[in-house]
Amino acid sequence: MLKDALTEILYIMMGIVCFYSVYATLKEKSHPSKIPTALFWGLLGIIFTFSRIGLLWGNKNIYIPDIYTGYMVIILTLLSAFRLVKIGKFDESTSEFKQQMSQKIGNLIFVPALALGIVAFIVAQIWTKQLGSLVAFWISTVVAAILALVITKGKVKEMADDGRRLLEVVGPVSILPQLLAALGAIFTAAGVGDVIASGIKTVIPQGNILLGVIAYCVGMALFTMIMGNAFAAFAVITAGIGIPFVIAQGGNPVIVAALGMTAGYCGTLMTPMAANFNIVPTAILEMEDKKYGVIKYQVPVAIAMLIIHIVLMYVWAF
Amino acid sequence: MIKLIGILIIIVGFILKLDTLAVVLIAGIVTGLVAGLPFPKIVEILGKAFVENRYMSIFIVSLPVIGILERYGLRERAAYVIGKIKAATVGKVTALYLVLRTLSAMFGLRLGGHVQFIRPLILPMAEGAAMNRYGEIKSEDHETIKGLEAAVENYGNFFGQNAFVAAGGVLLIVGVLKELNYTVEAIDIAKASIPIALIIMVVGSLQFFYYDRKFDQKYGIKTRPKKENRQNA
Repeated sequence: MLKDALTEILYIMMGIVCFYSVYATLKEKSHPSKIPTALFWGLLGIIFTFSRIGLLWGNKNIYIPDIYTGYMVIILTLLSAFRLVKIGKFDESTSEFKQQMSQKIGNLIFVPALALGIVAFIVAQIWTKQLGSLVAFWISTVVAAILALVITKGKVKEMADDGRRLLEVVGPVSILPQLLAALGAIFTAAGVGDVIASGIKTVIPQGNILLGVIAYCVGMALFTMIMGNAFAAFAVITAGIGIPFVIAQGGNPVIVAALGMTAGYCGTLMTPMAANFNIVPTAILEMEDKKYGVIKYQVPVAIAMLIIHIVLMYVWAF
Repeated sequence: MIKLIGILIIIVGFILKLDTLAVVLIAGIVTGLVAGLPFPKIVEILGKAFVENRYMSIFIVSLPVIGILERYGLRERAAYVIGKIKAATVGKVTALYLVLRTLSAMFGLRLGGHVQFIRPLILPMAEGAAMNRYGEIKSEDHETIKGLEAAVENYGNFFGQNAFVAAGGVLLIVGVLKELNYTVEAIDIAKASIPIALIIMVVGSLQFFYYDRKFDQKYGIKTRPKKENRQNA
């Protein structure tokens, strides 16, 4: 209960970042697309903050029905598809100021950045069972934010503006991971996985261990590429291929399953469907190629790793 | 077979470079309709999954912190610190991060992230190392460095995480196998995931050092004038 309530605080904080964008966008005098942009971040903020708001005080009957959220997601998508979400104006500091401050503050500037990870780790170590890693994440963010304000002597307003700047740099693509997860849910409800698993089954001959191993590893990678998520692929492909064609032929279940999952991760490296790993970073790093900028460097490593998986499973699991 | 139409829509949409969000939404709705799900049901599944996966966007919370640190020169400082290390190269910086990232994932530490680490720290360090060694580099090579730094985060995160006994992937494996009537222990799955964690450190590093060689050939190694060296010493 406490864990759910504290987790909800994280989503409220995410909502606040969005709501600040709404406020700043509406206040801007000559925003190129004021109302649609405010609407986008506003709806997203509402979904983050209020979709399960009742959990905050332990009443799970107070929430936004999923069908309304679904319609809001459709509106978000339309706003993005018609290019109505635009970046506002920001007062970013000059590069001279940055250089000057970086010399003045020195290596202390690293403290808040490292605190993000380290505080989350410590909190998670002590209270994992009670709190979960999501709660540790926002606690560490609050600690890091305070440290950042103390060390830089910056203003809260600057922090809010900078949060907005980065949020809008990432832009509407920030909802892509969640939208793809929703697509995965529809695929699952429609039974797409079963169609694929039975399709692969018909082409693998029984009784050949190497072909079974190849089919399982490649199947995991391919289905992960389609779903954008190895977790979604794992149950379907392990039941459909891993068990009958690898484990039933004498493969050690522990080794086969462990390698099967990471074989799926090879697929994650190669697909735009894994948007939070492969697409959102192109926005975060302000890359020119917004679709394959990251993936094209990952493909050779992913293929090499996939081959290593096949060899390792064949040699080690039997 | 008709159920696979969603996958076709995605592939065609990506090839034609249509708006990604719209393509994904249409693929979902069409797949649901051909599978016989009523439209309101599809919208409901869409909304439910969107809400349940809000955690995927937690990076949004750290944006204000990273933003203000950038305003006060975090990236410049990261580049400056690495600039003092004469032997630093893009490949060495990135390979070192790969080892640290993989190890921290193996211990269940969340010391990473494109927002929290790559953009404010690792990318400026790699670019600083490149500038230091080669002087100015072409914009396509800046893009290459960005691509590699985005990739290294994924390599370490993906292939390191399952060596941690409480990782989501490990627990999922145990759960799925249990449903399929195979009882395995999480600790054994974690142990069986160690070799791959070690292998990615090698394979990833090979890629990064390959780009070092490529850059060395393209630009030649610039030795700094002595005077400047003395100032920095």
